[in-house]
Amino acid sequence: MTSLLALSPLILVCATAIVVMLTIAWRRHHDLTATLTVIGLNLALAAQLLSWWQAPLDVTPLMTVDGLSIFGGVLVLVATLACATLGHAYFEGARGPREEYYLLLLCAAAGGIALVSSRHLASLFFSLELLSMPLYGMLAYTYRERGALEAGVKYMVLSAAASAFLLFGMALLYARTGHLDFAGLGGALASAGGDGWLLAGMGMLIVGLGFKLSIVPFHLWTPDVYEGSPTPAATFLASASKVAVLVVLLRLLQSAPVTQDAWFHSLLAVLAFVTMLVGNLLALMQQDLKRLLGYSSIAHFGYLLVALVINEGLAMETAGLYLVTYVVTTLGAFGVVTLLSSPYGGADASRLHHYRGLFWRRPYLTAVLTVMMLSLAGIPLTAGFIGKFYIVAVGVEASRWWLVGAVVAGSAIGLYYYLRVMVTLFLPEPGMQRRDATTDWAQRAGGVVVLALAALVVLLGVYPAPMIDWVRLMAAM
Amino acid sequence: MTLVWLILIPFIGGLLCWQAERFGEQPPRWIALGTMLLELALVLGVWWHGDYGLNVAQDASAWALEWRADWIPRFGIEVHLALDGLSLIMIALTGLLGVLAVVCSWHEIARRIGFFHLNLLWILGGVVGVFLAIDLFLFFFFWEMMLVPMYFLIALWGHSGSTGNTRIQAATKFFIYTQASGLLMLVAILGLVFAHHAATGEYSFSYEALRHTAQNELSPQMAWWLMLGFFIAFAVKMPVVPLHGWLPDAHAQAPTAGSVDLAGILLKTAAYGMLRFALPLFPEASQAFAPVAMGLGVLGIFYGAILACGQHDLKRLVAYSSISHMGFVLIGIYSGTELALQGVVVLMVAHAFSASGLFIISGQLYERLHTRDMRLMGGLWGRIKGLPGIALCFVAASMGIPGTANFVGEFLVLFGTFDTWPWVTVVASGGFVLAAIYSLFIMQRVYFGPTKEETPLGGLDGRETVMMLGLLALVLWVGLYPSPLLDTSEAAMQNVAHIMTLEETPAMPEETP
Repeated sequence: MTSLLALSPLILVCATAIVVMLTIAWRRHHDLTATLTVIGLNLALAAQLLSWWQAPLDVTPLMTVDGLSIFGGVLVLVATLACATLGHAYFEGARGPREEYYLLLLCAAAGGIALVSSRHLASLFFSLELLSMPLYGMLAYTYRERGALEAGVKYMVLSAAASAFLLFGMALLYARTGHLDFAGLGGALASAGGDGWLLAGMGMLIVGLGFKLSIVPFHLWTPDVYEGSPTPAATFLASASKVAVLVVLLRLLQSAPVTQDAWFHSLLAVLAFVTMLVGNLLALMQQDLKRLLGYSSIAHFGYLLVALVINEGLAMETAGLYLVTYVVTTLGAFGVVTLLSSPYGGADASRLHHYRGLFWRRPYLTAVLTVMMLSLAGIPLTAGFIGKFYIVAVGVEASRWWLVGAVVAGSAIGLYYYLRVMVTLFLPEPGMQRRDATTDWAQRAGGVVVLALAALVVLLGVYPAPMIDWVRLMAAM
Repeated sequence: MTLVWLILIPFIGGLLCWQAERFGEQPPRWIALGTMLLELALVLGVWWHGDYGLNVAQDASAWALEWRADWIPRFGIEVHLALDGLSLIMIALTGLLGVLAVVCSWHEIARRIGFFHLNLLWILGGVVGVFLAIDLFLFFFFWEMMLVPMYFLIALWGHSGSTGNTRIQAATKFFIYTQASGLLMLVAILGLVFAHHAATGEYSFSYEALRHTAQNELSPQMAWWLMLGFFIAFAVKMPVVPLHGWLPDAHAQAPTAGSVDLAGILLKTAAYGMLRFALPLFPEASQAFAPVAMGLGVLGIFYGAILACGQHDLKRLVAYSSISHMGFVLIGIYSGTELALQGVVVLMVAHAFSASGLFIISGQLYERLHTRDMRLMGGLWGRIKGLPGIALCFVAASMGIPGTANFVGEFLVLFGTFDTWPWVTVVASGGFVLAAIYSLFIMQRVYFGPTKEETPLGGLDGRETVMMLGLLALVLWVGLYPSPLLDTSEAAMQNVAHIMTLEETPAMPEETP
């Protein structure tokens, strides 16, 4: 019974998926489906409290419920909620079937929740695929758009390659140690020392997971997929999917301390270094906001890797905190793009010139996007600043000056393109008519979500103490 | 609580201005003016009631006013505001220049007035925060925060240069220079905090705690690096010569109010930061660094002055002259004698007055002639009523003629430096010659010489006359009777000088045996 209670968020999401599927079979109704989805997700979010009372608890050898899993689960659910709400605004005007989007979303969310509580390679693989498979469909949901179809196919092919690496790595690890659970692997790794096969196995796991996180040598799909896919799907990919994978990577590195191996450690450090710089440099000249956000998310995961590399002292807290600020900010930024592209009609309004002079038409929406850009750039008064502060702090604490230098350099480069987006919003408006948000955007669910996210970003930036306390509470469990 | 209000008033006023735009063009302007007048009145009230001459304390922890509250307990971060003579003078200056900035942009800004005043007032609020914050995290918070509205001010209301959108480039350059150097300071602050954590086991960003750590726990090498982190951040903002690249562009493209804020108070935050943080936190390292800083100061004096001589754009000329004046400030700060430090305070105030005066004059010329290119001016003496005479006074002030505030400041700086660094004083005095040259260039090229046209231009209206004469009166007042200023800052400056010299003495016995 306690196990069931502990897993109740996952069960609720799965149940909602089934209910939504049956509803669609019974009667197609966009609003009804969206409402059911949102209700289910909210119930699951409330049920995180139930599982918090049971935690920490190992449920079967495959899953565990502890602070980290609840933390990841909450973030995934919040991101999914935002994606569902934004999706409702986005698909309102779409032709063809709209309801299956929510079904796919719920399945992917279930995968994400399962992934954050995995403590076994089998459940890791299973839930990672459960997270990815619906995403193929979501990314190519508006398949009449060339870009969306391309995004879906590209993500599927490359994702399959990454899964192959993941499986190969698991096979190598199993062949050497005979363990598939994280704890057993950790023990075997600690006793085996720097065995070449083990390191190769772990390396391949990192390749597979690094692909999902778009860490630099494996980042090539990111900008294309972000640009082509319908924005709510890209939002899910950028927020929930990445959070879930990062949390499981964090758990893996915590329980299997491969980072003690000097070679492996410096490999991760190099990946972090390169990811920060390349992500920021490639973003400089982008003309498309979604592409730009794609590169910027690469850079942000570079910053997050710094915390993972150091993996001591403040590192856990930093990773958690940075994830929170990243998720809130990313949801807000993509949310504005979604609102501008809603209701769906042709390619999304994501070129930078779509945003020229937006301030003079939609001042509050522009204020939201400005806050998000400032937060991504890590300027005070926004949540991003607290995240940036933590990353620099963790680097300074461990005296990793090269990584700190890269964070500073990366932020300085990053400013350039964030500022470019910001100033575009305020430039005089050209005469041409272009895509715009509906006039009553602020009264609709999507608009409310976006405004709430902006308020949250500012609130977390000005008074971060509750967030810090929460993350520490979760990290301590 | 007064200190909190000093910060909050501009922020709240800014929001009101933004919302007041819907009632027409005038309300935002009046609200902004009222806000800044209220701020100024509040500061002057604090000045009137406080007594800053007496608390010559042995440690810097004797503040005239203090306010603290928990903010982020996880890291021992507090909202900790404190006020002493130095910060009081700087805040009064901020209030005064804030009023000027609002008044001088009364006609210049015609578009998006509410949003303009929001940015203007938020800059001022951020600057007041910088001058009051004693917690290093809070200081950094305000230090970075004030950049954003300044960026918007330059990028949106700036004068487009010749090639399209150079104002955006100038704004971006300004932002990246200052933000990147600010991050170096954050790294240095965190280095200090973790050193404190290693020594005591608790996190703190408090000024006193970190000062204790910095002076007792750090290895000299570490102190040197951390000092450098602070110094670079302040040097970019000041600006010290190799890091000055953003200043001429930012000034040239900024609207008049932006230039007034930039020259008058934003540059002063850097000097304030050095006096408040860089020197007291790392006295030994700063002393070791003093020769380099002096060299950079002298370089700045000559570099700024020589480049100023070669400019055609009036605002660029004044911008380069600012670099030159800031060279004197840098020399004064690092000489570490009380006399020179007092001179630094006066010079900062004087430069704020004279540079803002000149920038406002450039703005007024631009409103009438629609150019700032001095090659297109000339012979204006007879064409504009009133302005040329006032301009002459400000040019004389910028030159450092006795009787103006600049003279007092520069004289004190050089006098105070002579004891310890005679050669620096001798070389730096050469800067006066160049200052005279570029100052006279302004007069010669703009107001004398053959006229381009004969049509008379509009003279100064009431608003402009009051503004300019008021500023001029202040320049003369500080120049003729600087005692109130000196008395107010005396205690604070004595502390800094005390810290700098105290660390020198124990080093001596070690060498004797």
